[in-house]
Amino acid sequence: MKVRRCRGAGFALHWGPAFRLGVAALVQITSPAFKQNAARALADAGLQKALGKAKGAFLQRRAEAVARLPEFEALRDIGRDIKNHTLANLDAYLETYAANVERAGGTVHWCSTAEEARAAVLGICQRAGARTVTKGKSMISEEIAVNDHLEAHGITPVETDLGEYIIQLRREHPSHIIAPAFHLNREDWEADFRRMHTDLDPNRVFAERRDILTEARTKLRERFLAADVGITGANFLIAETGSSVIVTNEGNGDLTQTLPRVHIALASIEKVVPTLEDATSLLRLLARSATGQDFSVYTTFSTGARRPADLDGPEEYHVVLIDNGRSNMIGSEFQDMLRCIRCAACMNHCPVYGATGGHAYGWVYPGPMGSVLTPSLVGVDKAAHLPNASTFCGKCESVCPVKIPLPKLMRHWREREFERHLTPSAVRSNLALWAWFAKRPGMYRAATRAAVGALRLIARGRGALRSLPLAGGWTEGRDLPVPEGGTFMSRYAKQQRGR
Amino acid sequence: MSKDAILGAIRRGLKRGPLPADQRAMIDGRLASHPRHLIPARSRLPRPEQVALFVANVGKEFGTVARVADADAVPTAIAAYLAQQNLAPRFVLAPHPDLAALPWASAPMLEFEARRAQPDDLVAVQHGYAAIAETGTLMLPSGPERPTTLNILAETEIVVLRASRIVGAYEEAWDLLRDGRTGGFMPRNVMLVTGPSRSADIEQTLELGAHGPRRLHVILIDDDPAALPAP
Ligand code: SF4
Repeated sequence: MKVRRCRGAGFALHWGPAFRLGVAALVQITSPAFKQNAARALADAGLQKALGKAKGAFLQRRAEAVARLPEFEALRDIGRDIKNHTLANLDAYLETYAANVERAGGTVHWCSTAEEARAAVLGICQRAGARTVTKGKSMISEEIAVNDHLEAHGITPVETDLGEYIIQLRREHPSHIIAPAFHLNREDWEADFRRMHTDLDPNRVFAERRDILTEARTKLRERFLAADVGITGANFLIAETGSSVIVTNEGNGDLTQTLPRVHIALASIEKVVPTLEDATSLLRLLARSATGQDFSVYTTFSTGARRPADLDGPEEYHVVLIDNGRSNMIGSEFQDMLRCIRCAACMNHCPVYGATGGHAYGWVYPGPMGSVLTPSLVGVDKAAHLPNASTFCGKCESVCPVKIPLPKLMRHWREREFERHLTPSAVRSNLALWAWFAKRPGMYRAATRAAVGALRLIARGRGALRSLPLAGGWTEGRDLPVPEGGTFMSRYAKQQRGR
Repeated sequence: MSKDAILGAIRRGLKRGPLPADQRAMIDGRLASHPRHLIPARSRLPRPEQVALFVANVGKEFGTVARVADADAVPTAIAAYLAQQNLAPRFVLAPHPDLAALPWASAPMLEFEARRAQPDDLVAVQHGYAAIAETGTLMLPSGPERPTTLNILAETEIVVLRASRIVGAYEEAWDLLRDGRTGGFMPRNVMLVTGPSRSADIEQTLELGAHGPRRLHVILIDDDPAALPAP
């Protein structure tokens, strides 16, 4: 299942005023079609093969990394507290951060919306006379859809993270926030490389995965050397020093930000932390939660532009600092979501994500964190299905390195959805019916007694029902266990009498 | 202006105006004192074990380490490593005074230039500023004497490191970098490097040598008597 890009800014118009934040006007949001997307994903054999292979590896590696660090649980509390402290003083830390960037010779571009951020990036690239731009992996870049904007103005963006590179060749979107090509198999890579790298021998052999990697390395080297501007994201911003931090394993982010004449770091406002020590504690959590490494290969702190005697490094350093709806979350019941360090542990452990993959979620951020963040950023009217795409098993919260109560936040969205009459009418009327009985205990008990009796009658001694009149949709995918005895209340009363 | 709009929206959410002076002073105090949080016990070790932990962790992350008794042995150790890897004895060298002072005449087959790295350099010899035992991580701050391109362009990276510069935790390495200076002390670029470059993007299976070096070799000078392994 592909999430397609829609070109042309006019597309955003019919979303109307509800689309208050002007988010991602160029990325089509297919979240309203989550159910259809999910059904298609479940029937996609290639996708199911890829998901099956990938998931176990992530879980096992994380579990091993956590087991190697006895302090991991204590660090989760620390991570949560650092982020909470920062969010409670976010204005002050952002001001200090920006002042320190400028002191080190960098420029900060404050952007309220995706549109402003796109314009800022384009402006910097145009002033630099850029023709090609290399890019390190960045989710905020997907969120603001900057690639399409650059292309529309004659500038070629080249994704350099291996996973992002193939996604760009396929003109898709990432299906996972740290493993963008989570949904692809080796055969997909080979086919796409043959299709796109037409200057190479069409009969070349990809005997091992390494051959795919080597071809990508060679192709991208040319791009790194030719680029006029390098764009990266930022895992953290450090107020104390005015630094932006990127974390990679490939080294593509470092080539991106070191070789071109201009470096642009894209970062959303909640990435700021006070000090190097704060960033360090969060870094101890990040790689372990994400890939199950003790530390990523390259953790790089960038502070300003090339210094007078330096022999390399960019001459210009810009930070495009993006709000795009986040400041509205401050002080709301969704503020906790701004602690997220984008490690992807929640989606790796999510049974729904594990079954559907990331594209079904229909926008940039999939899995449990996406189910909370997407409605916050694009509006619950566009993403109402997502907070419902959960079994509420609680696994996501139990692995989240900054202890975000994801199930609770999804429940908040369900409440808002209900208040705003976005819940389907059948669900609403059934809930109303249930509520009517629930307020009348006598009637409720009589009704449940009748229901238990009816189910036992239909079951005629079987332990479970394979189908149920009026609930065919529900029993299509599972059996309904038949109640064994009476209702809870009747059993409870019996037990009390027996005492 | 968007800056005011963003700060204003944050303050509305927090239900307050700009921080009052006393609270602002608390924030500034926290920034100035940059308190440490919990540091994992794994690196709180006697010196010899700390250095051994560093060596073990580099190995765990697919790097290699050669220990030499003193700086004079570095050129021959470089020559031996390149020969063992079947690489030509040619490299770009970080223009660091410590490296310039090595007795290069002891390995006359080595050819090198002291400069930034270029795309066709196959081997780079970098100066190690410090290292962190906790995860086998090298700290490589940029500067005229330690160009960043040496960390990322060549297929093979050799880092010359003194054992006396190995610390337990990242926090101690930050303090080396701060070294009494406040504010504005950060070099343009500080790389923390843990092993050679890699990717798991193809079917979540690890392959070494993505965009950065395929090999990472540390030549460790045992200049710290307290850190020598027990005889
Ligand atoms: S919500 Fe938590 S687990 Fe999920 S990506 Fe964010 S930090 Fe990681």
